[in-house]
Parts: sequence; C-alpha cells; structure tokens
Amino acid sequence: MFKKIFIIIKREFLSRVKKKSFIVMTILGPVLFAALITLPVILARWSDSEYSVAIVDNTGLFYDRFEDGNDVVFTNLPVSLDDALELLQREKFNAILHIPEAAFESPSTLRLFTTKAVNINAKIHVENVLKHEFESLKLGARGIDSEVLRAIETNISIQAVRILSDGMEQTDYPEVSMALGIISGLLIYLFIFLFGSQVLRGVLEEKTSRIIEVIISSVKPFQLMMGKIVGIALVGLAQFLIWVFLTLLLVFVVRTAVPDIFQFTPDEQVHITSAQMLDTGRLEEQMDTIQHHDTAAGQVLESLSAINWYVMIFFFIFFFLGGYFLYAALFAAIGSAVDNEADTQQFMLPVTIPLIFAIIFGQMVMVNPAGPVAFWLSIIPLTSPVIMMIRIPFGVPFFDLYLSAFLLIAGFLATTWLAAKIYRTGILMYGKKVSYKDLWKWIRY
Amino acid sequence: MDNLIQVNSVTKDFTGHRALDNVSISVPKQSIYGLLGPNGAGKTTLIRIINQIIGPDKGEIFFNGEKIRPKHVEKIGYLPEERGLYKKMKVGEQALYLAQLKGLHYHQTKKLLKEWFEKFDLLNWWNKKAETLSKGMQQKLQFIITVLHNPKLLIFDEPFTGFDPINVNILKDEIFKLKEQGATIIFSTHDMGSVEELCDEIALINKSKKVLEGNVRKIKKEHAKQIFRVEMAGLSSSFETLKKENFEIVEQSTKDGLIEAVIRINNDKTTNDLLEALIEVGNIVSFNEVIPSMNEIFISTVTQNQ
Repeated sequence: MFKKIFIIIKREFLSRVKKKSFIVMTILGPVLFAALITLPVILARWSDSEYSVAIVDNTGLFYDRFEDGNDVVFTNLPVSLDDALELLQREKFNAILHIPEAAFESPSTLRLFTTKAVNINAKIHVENVLKHEFESLKLGARGIDSEVLRAIETNISIQAVRILSDGMEQTDYPEVSMALGIISGLLIYLFIFLFGSQVLRGVLEEKTSRIIEVIISSVKPFQLMMGKIVGIALVGLAQFLIWVFLTLLLVFVVRTAVPDIFQFTPDEQVHITSAQMLDTGRLEEQMDTIQHHDTAAGQVLESLSAINWYVMIFFFIFFFLGGYFLYAALFAAIGSAVDNEADTQQFMLPVTIPLIFAIIFGQMVMVNPAGPVAFWLSIIPLTSPVIMMIRIPFGVPFFDLYLSAFLLIAGFLATTWLAAKIYRTGILMYGKKVSYKDLWKWIRY
Repeated sequence: MDNLIQVNSVTKDFTGHRALDNVSISVPKQSIYGLLGPNGAGKTTLIRIINQIIGPDKGEIFFNGEKIRPKHVEKIGYLPEERGLYKKMKVGEQALYLAQLKGLHYHQTKKLLKEWFEKFDLLNWWNKKAETLSKGMQQKLQFIITVLHNPKLLIFDEPFTGFDPINVNILKDEIFKLKEQGATIIFSTHDMGSVEELCDEIALINKSKKVLEGNVRKIKKEHAKQIFRVEMAGLSSSFETLKKENFEIVEQSTKDGLIEAVIRINNDKTTNDLLEALIEVGNIVSFNEVIPSMNEIFISTVTQNQ
C-alpha cells in the first residue's frame, strides 16, 4: 500500500520539480521578493519631475514661508489672480496657490488652482506649511512666542514592553511584527492557493486525459489522491526551503560585500528583569541603551534579531502543510467532480471564501493580535493557517497555539475523509454536470 | 478450479438505477470470454467490479478460487474503454510508472519494456512526450502497458473501437498469442464479427441482467432452428411433395442451373427424414444446417427481453 503511494508521490514530485516554471520561480522568487522591497525606494528616488506651485499672496505674509522640497518648487508671483490664472492656462506652472486677504480670518477661502488633477503631495505640503504658519500667527497674536512653541513640541514614541512568563521583559516592536505577520500570512495564503490549484489541475488532467481508470485498476483512488496531495506538498516545501536558503545566501553575500550596512546590529539585547527595572540607576543605563537604538534601522534590526526565527520557520511549515492539506483535499474533490476547468468555478467559491475572509480580517487581527477576533479566527481550521501566521510574530500563548494546531490536524483529517468520498465517485463520472445535490449523494453513498 | 473468474449473484445499485441485477458469470481458464450487450447494459460496471475499481453491493467474486482481494490487481491487466495517457509525460517513463504501480520493479521492467517497444516499433519514441504519438501508437503503448506484467487475466473493454483495421488484426493476433501462453481474456464488444472469430465463451447482458451465457458453439447450436440449405440438380419431381410430408419451404431460387432451397423441419421429423425425402426429389449437391450468426442471436435475444 505505502510502496505504491510512494511511487505516486515520487512521480508527482519529480514531474513538477523538473518543469522549467518551477526552476525559474525557485530562483527568481527571492530576487523578486528583494526587488519588491527595494523597488519602491528606488522608484521614489527617481520620482516625478518637479511640481511647480506659484503663490499669489494678497496678505504678503506667507509667500516666503514656503521652502522647496518633496519635489515641489514654489515661486512668488506678485501679480493679480487673473494674470496668474492666465499663466496657469499657458502651463507656466502646475498650480496656483491663492491666499486672499480674508484667508487669515477664514481659511476656507484658500484656493489651489490647477488645470490637471492635483498632485496630492504638493497639496499636503502646502496645507502643512499654512497650518503651521497660521498657528504661529495666532499664537503670536495672543502673545506666545513661536520659539516657545518649538520648545514644547514633543515627539512621543512609546516603548512597548511585554512582561514574559519567566519575569523577563521584552521590548515590542508592533510595526515590525505587523510587517512580518502580514508577509507570512500572505505567503501561506498564496502557497495554499498556488499548490492547492495544482492539485485541482492534476486531478482534472488525469480525468480528462482518461488515464484515471488505468491507474485506479492498479491502486485505490484514495492512494492516488493522497499520493498527489503529498507529492505537491513536497514541491511546495522544497520551493520554500530553497527560498529560505537562497535568501540567507543573498544576505550573506551582501554582508560580505558591503559590511557597513550591518553596523547597526545592537551589541546588547534589551532584556532586563523587573527587579532591575525598579532600580533607577539601572533604568537610566537602560534608557541609554534604548537611546542607542533610536534610529529606525537600529530598531528594525534589533526587533528582527529578537524574533525566534527557528520557531517562525517551524510554525510556518506546520501551518503551511496543515492549511495546504486541508484545502488540497477539497481542491482534489472539486477536480474529480467536474469535466473541465470552466466548471470548477461554481465549487471554487465556497472553498476560496474562507481564505479571502482570513486575509481581509488579517488587518483587524494585526491591530489587536490578542483580541477575540484574532483568537477565534486562529482557532477555526479554515482560517487558522493564515491568521495564526499573522499572530505568531506578536507572540501567541501556548494554549492558543496547541489548540489551533490540534484543530487544524482534525480539520484536514475531516476534509480528506470527505474529499475521498467525493473523489472516488467523481473520477468515474463523465459528461454530467454535477450539482451540490450530487456531491451530497456521493458523500452519503 | 476450472474457472479463473467466478462472479456470484452480483448486484450493484447507483443512485437512481440498478446497474447489475443478480449477475453470475463463470470464466473458464485460458479461454477468451466475450461480454456482450447493448450500450448501458452494465458491462463496464461488471468489468469495473472485477477490477475492484468499485465494489458490488451484493454478491461475491472469486479469482482462481480465492475471494478477490486488492493483491489480485497485480495479476490482472485492464485496458479500459476510456483509455488515456499523461500527455506531457515521456513515453518510456510513463510506461515504467504504470508498470511499477502494477507491482513490477523498475530495473527488470526497463529491459522487458524495451523488448516490447522494439516489437511495436516504438523505441524511437522512448524519450518523447506521449502527446507526440499518433493515435495508433498511443493504442499500441496502452496495449503494452496492459500486458507488460504478464497478467493471468486480461480485460479489454471495447478494445477494437478506434483502431484501424491493421491494428485490429495485430491486436487479435496478440490476443490469441496471450491465450496460447496461458492467459484468460475477457473482452466486451459490440462487434459480433470479432466475437465469432475470437470467443470461446460469451455472456450476454441486457438491462442489468445476464440473459445468456455459455460456449459459443453450443449457443449457436441451441439457437439453430432446424433449418437447412440444400442445392439440388435435375429435379425429378417438384418440391411440392416435401410439403405433403410436413417440411416447410422457406425460400426457393434457381442459380446457375442449381436449385437452392431453405427448408425447415417441423416437430416430429428428423434430418434423415428430410434427406430421404430430398433423394426422391433429385440429386443433392450440398446440404448444410443454417446456423444463426451471433449477431442474429444477439438481436433476437435482446428484442425478446424487451
């Protein structure tokens, strides 16, 4: 029994791994991923051409307060508004900012004229400058110096410290956890879809090419289905592990080539005990360390090094496999029930909805990763692979993790059992448009 | 045990209709067994049950005296009516894969397979994708895959549909060879010509029930209706005298100076009585019993059952 499943797994794995598309995706994956992160930065550098804003300032108070920046260039235009609009028509400028005399009393009279759709960055820039200047003027009118205002302006960024069960405290960086959570959640979602639909197409191929009957005269339909599902799981696993390996390799190469980038690496982890926290002397010392890491890059690198990568990768693989097995069985059942790819649509919807649902609610989970929505969605097997992966970077209680893992295993055993019943009947059905009622009959049969 | 396959009172229901109703058949060892019947009669269902692709609701199947079990699939070669190949998979690899699923080992199979490929002129396609094969070559490949593991029982479901006449002959020759080598062959077909040519035994299934089973020659004898064809020369008296003796002249014609007649013997008379009567009438040139073709038996049995 297992020998034949093994032969099937081997074929399903090798036939896919040998494909050009697999090799290309495996090598290109990490490169694409890197490009996805770096490209927006590079594109922002190139950016657009400059956006020119001419200022018609009837109050004469503000025109010199605008500094060029963010690709916006300001010009003072001491002419009448009509003349300025004339120049705008002739495309001498991209926009005209009109500050009428009444603007100081009623800011709603401010106008930004354009001939084309307005550049949002320029509009926000103008608004920020005017807000600041209006406030300074108003404060001045009440006898408060703008210097005082500068002095009391404070940047607040609260350090979130989590008290761990062993009394240790750990600095949280929710922004980093968020990014990591959504990336791994999305990756699970993509993997389930990508490899789940490969199962569907594989089953459909065997059915439409009519080789299925030859094969199931040698092996049980269940063996064929499981062989296919496991074989494709191994393809996904191989792809993921190669990606991890190539990414590490890429990082290593960059690190040896340009070592300067990694100088920020914190020399000390921000781990202190509660007792130390109460000691003021130690606290100040600790504050220094924290000050040290105040640069954004330092914070990101520190929080990244605080994440237990082995745990991340282990659970990623677990939830990928669990979620994949759960859905792959359903995809196999769909593939067996229809005659061609077009007919799959009616059955695909209920299978894909929970996954899409998980991604949509993922944002809510990120905001409150320990809330009830996060808890329930990370327990229910249909959504748990995606949601749990979003939660894990924030840290998850062991109870939630074990319950979710247990239910996921129970869930995929249930879908596999269900799918096997549909599959063994479906693969021998030709030329009949199958309805949900038929599927129900096959399950009960 | 004389029977390789023994099907006992098998019933199979699908949602809404009964595909097989209390069907029993016995397939003698080293015979060619024809499974006949109109479309939708239940032939493919019976074949699938023997292949253990689906299970019967009632009844039992014995393979060589043992109750049929999953291990028996390795002793069966099955060429389904709906047969296909993995289009994108290489021909040699594909044959090896399917052979392994039948329990053969990779290395011993490779050598064996190369011999078969040589025999069927397929060796040049070993490393090509299956979709590059012509229809005829695909069918040859499927045939090789079916017989490669040297099965005791071969089951062909409508083997001749889609084959060109040359390939049909190759296939028939191979079927005879396999029988000589000790295999038992079950095949289902509509082609009554090939039944007469190939089959030792048949079963006729109509509307989920077996309506006829047995040795082909015996069945034909049983269906012979005491009708004889005679050719006579130089009649001394007319056929009318035969009528008086209760023989029925079904047909009468003259051809190339010979008089041909088809005569039915009714109840109490024997063949000898007819011959005696004919000698009186003239010179007998030839005398043959008219044996119905399988086609006629098929049609009359099926229409009788409706």
